[in-house]
Amino acid sequence: MRRKDVLDLDDFAPDEIREVLETTVAMKEVLARPIKRVPPLRGKTIVNCFYEASTRTRVSFELAAKNLSADVVNISSTGSSVEKGETLVDTTRTLQALGADMVVMRHGASGAPYVVARELSACVINGGDGWHAHPTQALLDLFTVQSRLGRLEGRRIAIVGDVLHSRVARSAAWGFATMGASVVLCAPPTLLPAGFDRAVLTGLRAKGLPTVVAGTPSVELTHHLDAALHDADVVMALRVQRERMDSGLLPSLREYARAYGLTRDRVAKARFGAVVMHPGPMNEGVEIAPDVAYGGQSAVEEQVANGVAVRMAVMYLLAGGRGGAAV
Amino acid sequence: MSVTPRVPLATAPGRFGGTILVRGGRLIDPARGIDAIADVVIRDGRVVEGTPDQLDGARVLDARGLIVAPGFVDLHAHLREPGYEYRETVATGTAAAVAGGFTTVCAMPNTEPATDSPAVVEYVLQAARRDGSARVYVIGAITRGRKGKALADMIELANAGVVAFSDDGDCVTDPSLMRHALAYSVATGRPVVQHAEEKALTTGAQMHEGMVSARLGLPGWPRQAEETIVARDCELTALTGAHLHVAHVSAAGTLDFIRRARAKGTRVTAEVTPHHLTLTDDLVGGHWWSATASLPPYDTRTKVNPPLREPDDRDAMVAGLRDGAIDCIATDHAPHGTTDKHVEYAAAASGISNLETALGSVLSIVHAGALSLVEVIAALTCRPAGIFGLEAGTLAPGAPGDVVIFDPDREWCVDPAQFASKGRNTPLAGHVLRGQVVATIVGGEVLHDRS
Repeated sequence: MRRKDVLDLDDFAPDEIREVLETTVAMKEVLARPIKRVPPLRGKTIVNCFYEASTRTRVSFELAAKNLSADVVNISSTGSSVEKGETLVDTTRTLQALGADMVVMRHGASGAPYVVARELSACVINGGDGWHAHPTQALLDLFTVQSRLGRLEGRRIAIVGDVLHSRVARSAAWGFATMGASVVLCAPPTLLPAGFDRAVLTGLRAKGLPTVVAGTPSVELTHHLDAALHDADVVMALRVQRERMDSGLLPSLREYARAYGLTRDRVAKARFGAVVMHPGPMNEGVEIAPDVAYGGQSAVEEQVANGVAVRMAVMYLLAGGRGGAAV
Repeated sequence: MSVTPRVPLATAPGRFGGTILVRGGRLIDPARGIDAIADVVIRDGRVVEGTPDQLDGARVLDARGLIVAPGFVDLHAHLREPGYEYRETVATGTAAAVAGGFTTVCAMPNTEPATDSPAVVEYVLQAARRDGSARVYVIGAITRGRKGKALADMIELANAGVVAFSDDGDCVTDPSLMRHALAYSVATGRPVVQHAEEKALTTGAQMHEGMVSARLGLPGWPRQAEETIVARDCELTALTGAHLHVAHVSAAGTLDFIRRARAKGTRVTAEVTPHHLTLTDDLVGGHWWSATASLPPYDTRTKVNPPLREPDDRDAMVAGLRDGAIDCIATDHAPHGTTDKHVEYAAAASGISNLETALGSVLSIVHAGALSLVEVIAALTCRPAGIFGLEAGTLAPGAPGDVVIFDPDREWCVDPAQFASKGRNTPLAGHVLRGQVVATIVGGEVLHDRS
């Protein structure tokens, strides 16, 4: 991988994504061994810098780093200098001085990892920044869909939920569209980021990639759930937060569940056997019905399992490993 | 239509009592409709007629091949003193002004304490007399402490010398309070300068709401937050017979409301900044596919309030300046310290250090053929001076001897480390601008000389 940082998928070429997905296969093989530990990052220090509460993503990165034999340090926003008013740049310089080789950063402010990446000679992996991006989540989604469906090109991906505030949706749109799938983002009008579709199409054009898949644009926004589900190979639900009601964006979670929740009947409108996904944590009964979340079409648990392998692949490649090599 | 009364001339810092001759330049003085090769003579601080025979002891500046114009007038600058001296002082801010060709600057009242009392006005004016390079006028707060709750002592402020009222940095959103502020301002004869931003529409906003904000996941500042306030204020101005001056217009739609109000005889004037005339939100995205971006994504030097908008808005600003919907160019010079900007985008302060790049920026519009040199100079001189009733903006005999001499074609690279301003915060760092100030004269004294 010829880059220092992984901040978003917007600047990834299809070959680069393919390299990550191929390497993930090798990492899955490592994870299937009785002793899940390989040496490529021995002696390297990886700092998990989490400025926002997270259990699953932090643990996933931590396991990934440990499986590659790296030393892992966790910094969270509680109990550290963050509370003493230390700025992000201060913290970054400290990490640099302490000799971090790689920094995984989760931050509530969109773009925060870009500030850090500019200051730091170490590699930076964006573990989720504000509403902006969550590239390793998108990579694990790509891997999960590829594992289930065999190929990504030409697939139709419906993403339903609070798109406006979702870094998962944004990165997934870049990732799937870059790999030749088409993405439809669906939400009530108040939760759609107007202009995001044009932004991605502009980016795809600049990358020299197609912007139309089987007659539809590579990225679309809609508030019509039925239209979004029609012909979808993948249906991904996004978490809808209660606090959105206070700002007047949603009348009630009950209404949301009725109008946009993924029920068995709704999923039946997608392609037969469509893959059901959710980045977690789920509000069961709101954006996704329990029988859909745990039904035969659900890939939710695979997503979590694949997360560790994908993060191992990203860390390994950033550290200079070759794609698909034996580990 | 009411006419803003003349303000007493602010003190020039120099004590130069002799004669100065600016020889052979292309004199552009839009107030008098002059665009010709002509000399300018200043004696005892004021412009005098013709070229005197007796030039013994006169200082002569050779302006051949250069443009000679009235010193620029900035209706909107943040000098930060008192309270934020680490960002700027009256001394450094006015030094930046003369470096950028501005001989008159109006200081915004969002200081600490806010300029809501005669004592603070006097503090700023004293600092200007003591340390200033350009002439300084003070804008007083509309509301006490700029809190938007109760009116400041506007008549006392006017008596202390403020030239206008503004809560700039914050909008007077309460419609009833704004109505009263406009009505009361009539007693002072001074305009009310509104920072038009419906705060309920800009909660958490970081940049223009559009394609780029959608991609970057930054909360957007929609055009409508400006347009709705301007629409409302135009009606309240008609109701009260006041003079409303709209600060830093950024959204295309705002101009429609201004035109409509003017057509009905309402006294509404407006200004636009160099950055809203030249830059767009693309710059915030700073990405490999953007044709214009030269900065990394999320560079906080692009953060400004109101935000950089889209090409259509930028083009509308230029057209508005051409057709008169916008009266003048004001810098909204907003210097910040490194600690204000060297943070994540959402935590960064808004503002651009503008005084020293304003001329080079707006000349790019002239070089592109969208505005004439005369139009740009009018927008920097007689037009702003007329809005606040300042004795400035022309080189007619008897006028203050405030002159800028510039080379419209000289190219230079913006290096903020060389700024006279303490504020190094500009997205133009490293850019090559075409057009540079050669010399600035205030009250007959050469205070900036790059010749």
